[in-house]
Amino acid sequence: MQDETTASTKLRIQLRPIAFIAVLLVLWSIAIRWQPSHLLPGPWGVVGGIADLLHHGLLLKYVVASLFRVTWGFVLAVVLAIPLGLAVGWFRRAEMALNPILQILRPISPLAWIPIAILWFGVGDLAAIFLIFVGCFFPLMLTAINAVQSIPAVYVNAGRNFGLSSAALAYRVLYPAVVPNLIVGLRITLGIAWLVVVAAEMIAVSSGLGFLIVDARNAGNRYDLVVAGMLIIGLIGLLLDMGMRSLEKVKSFRWGYSED
Amino acid sequence: MNSLSEPRKWERIFWPILASALLLVLWHYSVAWSGTKVFPSPREVEKGMAELVRHHVLWRDIVDSLCRVAAGFGAAVVLGVPLGLALGWYPAANQVVNPVMQILRPISPIAWIPVAIIFFGVGDRAAIFLIFLGAFFPIVVACISGVSNVPSVFRRAGRNFGLTAPQLLTKVLLPAALPQILIGLRIALGIAWLVVVAAEMIAVDSGLGYLVIDSRNSGKRYDLVVAAILMIGVIGLVLDLAFRRLEKLRSVRWGFRFES
Amino acid sequence: MPVTQPVSVPAAVTTKLSVEHVSMVFERDGKSTHVLNDINLEVGDGEFVCLLGPSGCGKSTLLNAMAGFLSPTSGEIRAGGEVVRKPDPRRIFVFQERGVFPWLTVEGNIGFGLSQLSRAEREKRIAYYVKMVGLEGFEKTYPQELSGGMKQRLEVARALAVNPDMLLLDEPFGALDSITRLIMRGELLRIWEAERKTIVFVTHDIDEAVQLADRVVVMSARPATIQQIVNIDIAHPRDISSPRYLELRDGIFKQIGLAHKL
Repeated sequence: MQDETTASTKLRIQLRPIAFIAVLLVLWSIAIRWQPSHLLPGPWGVVGGIADLLHHGLLLKYVVASLFRVTWGFVLAVVLAIPLGLAVGWFRRAEMALNPILQILRPISPLAWIPIAILWFGVGDLAAIFLIFVGCFFPLMLTAINAVQSIPAVYVNAGRNFGLSSAALAYRVLYPAVVPNLIVGLRITLGIAWLVVVAAEMIAVSSGLGFLIVDARNAGNRYDLVVAGMLIIGLIGLLLDMGMRSLEKVKSFRWGYSED
Repeated sequence: MNSLSEPRKWERIFWPILASALLLVLWHYSVAWSGTKVFPSPREVEKGMAELVRHHVLWRDIVDSLCRVAAGFGAAVVLGVPLGLALGWYPAANQVVNPVMQILRPISPIAWIPVAIIFFGVGDRAAIFLIFLGAFFPIVVACISGVSNVPSVFRRAGRNFGLTAPQLLTKVLLPAALPQILIGLRIALGIAWLVVVAAEMIAVDSGLGYLVIDSRNSGKRYDLVVAAILMIGVIGLVLDLAFRRLEKLRSVRWGFRFES
Repeated sequence: MPVTQPVSVPAAVTTKLSVEHVSMVFERDGKSTHVLNDINLEVGDGEFVCLLGPSGCGKSTLLNAMAGFLSPTSGEIRAGGEVVRKPDPRRIFVFQERGVFPWLTVEGNIGFGLSQLSRAEREKRIAYYVKMVGLEGFEKTYPQELSGGMKQRLEVARALAVNPDMLLLDEPFGALDSITRLIMRGELLRIWEAERKTIVFVTHDIDEAVQLADRVVVMSARPATIQQIVNIDIAHPRDISSPRYLELRDGIFKQIGLAHKL
């Protein structure tokens, strides 16, 4: 008897967010009747838009294009920024030297780099990948620097105490010590990359989910496709985030996190 | 932390200056060596900046961008902080609203442009709406985690002294969560600065973002482009530093035991 | 300079605390943990009672129940004639030093529960307790600039300032080094004798219990029951080398089953 009530309460609790979303959808379909221009779609319109995209095979094509750019830009940034950041974080003087430059470049929106990107790479994939790279590079570098600087001195001292060479120290102490922080930074930066790719595609390339939004509006005010595109962007961004979080849960990394 | 000796005071100034000087030299010579006719050298950028100042264009654009940020960020604070506090206080409410937020959050504010234009037309208000969107979610998330991370000791002590629920919120939870909320606000301000530049490149015709795009479009003035980009970086940095000043106020400082 | 009396506030009608057949069972993920088993205890007005037992035995749980933060699974706790259901300023809980509010100064912390008083009264009360716990000169200091012992004193001052019926202290000196701990015990006794509050004090340190308490309640490991209640009939100040002290202390050692040769 006890178990039954607990189970049904649990179900009710899990249904509440769904109920909330349902309420929002209803409000949405009522609200669009009031808009003057009759352009914005209701929930069903969006579903129709997604179906439309699937039908023409565009959905998969655009999703793949966006993911492709994100992957390249993100991976390039990781490969360059993390080792560089770890090294800079380790050597105080290097951090002192580079910090002002990093602090000035960091607040610059990647999109502001568009003219330069186009100048160097022309309009197209490479420019978009460059923008994503720029958007990821600085946060990743700062994450790596921060991760190294937060290593408790006791770990380093213990490593030295046991007579580890520099290389062994880096491999057996520093690397495991920074991994948890790095993974969190990777997740956040992947989120940034996803934001940048969409924005970049709205301006500088002619495929991908960002382009879908701009194109759907320009070529005929297909706002059902616009909102469909936004929704898919949100969903994929969420999936990417959840994917990274599950990486954080991998047992060999978990030592860095206290119990959730 | 590393094996080199503790850096001295003069080194704090020496190394950054050396690195920046090297960077400028590298920049200058790569421009000269590559024979590019378009990409500016440091000196050309300097002259470009002087030109912008002389024509009063720079100040006006800076003010425009800052005003938009103030409006959008202000709206995000006014709406986001109470919502975040409420959701942190009632975890049940948070559980209901959270899925919706998780889907909306990864959608780049730029992707909202078509929708924003329908509601606000092309211009300032659309840009402010985008900035609001960009800042809103980080603020809400920071407030939620600020409140839920308040150690239970404080809550219990508050109840022990006979505080009612509203008193508990204002006299215990808010002060306890304040450091984390301020960090969230600072990050949101940084995001707002990124969004305003991006928004100005697309949807309005004044401000630093517009300056970047316009300088390229009307005459390929890349010297002005780079000058504007640097200005964006500097102002973004100034905003960040100003906010950190706020965090250092004595009554708030207790939460920041480690200088970042 | 003579110590001025605080503004008098009428004390509660009765300060006796009675624990009747209290048991506590925690449920977590379907597993039940029996933490307390049929606890019966009465605490008299002005008494200093110690709950003594090994770590994790449930004595903190009992203290939390006395304060009203937890409800017993069965049985009742009564204070002043009514059943204890929720936290109340008449029974102030002293956490370890981490209960001090870091965003308030020493003055701010001590004055925390005094918002109903007039400004003049409040300041008078704060000044009195600052002096009593020996924190003069630190009124405008923030807790992170204080040592562990000072923070503990601050928390006691904050608790006393609202003139509670009783103080409930949960291993308050646990985070302090042993020298500071000895000093703090003396301080606590001095404060107790000045105000004669009823105190229930949780500790796992046998010496601490025998040095401080009028009665020591020896509790067994989980599920906790009361093994023995020892009356410490030595007057303060207690000589910790006196035969009577050692006799009482060794008695408890034996009760808990510990050898006293290492």
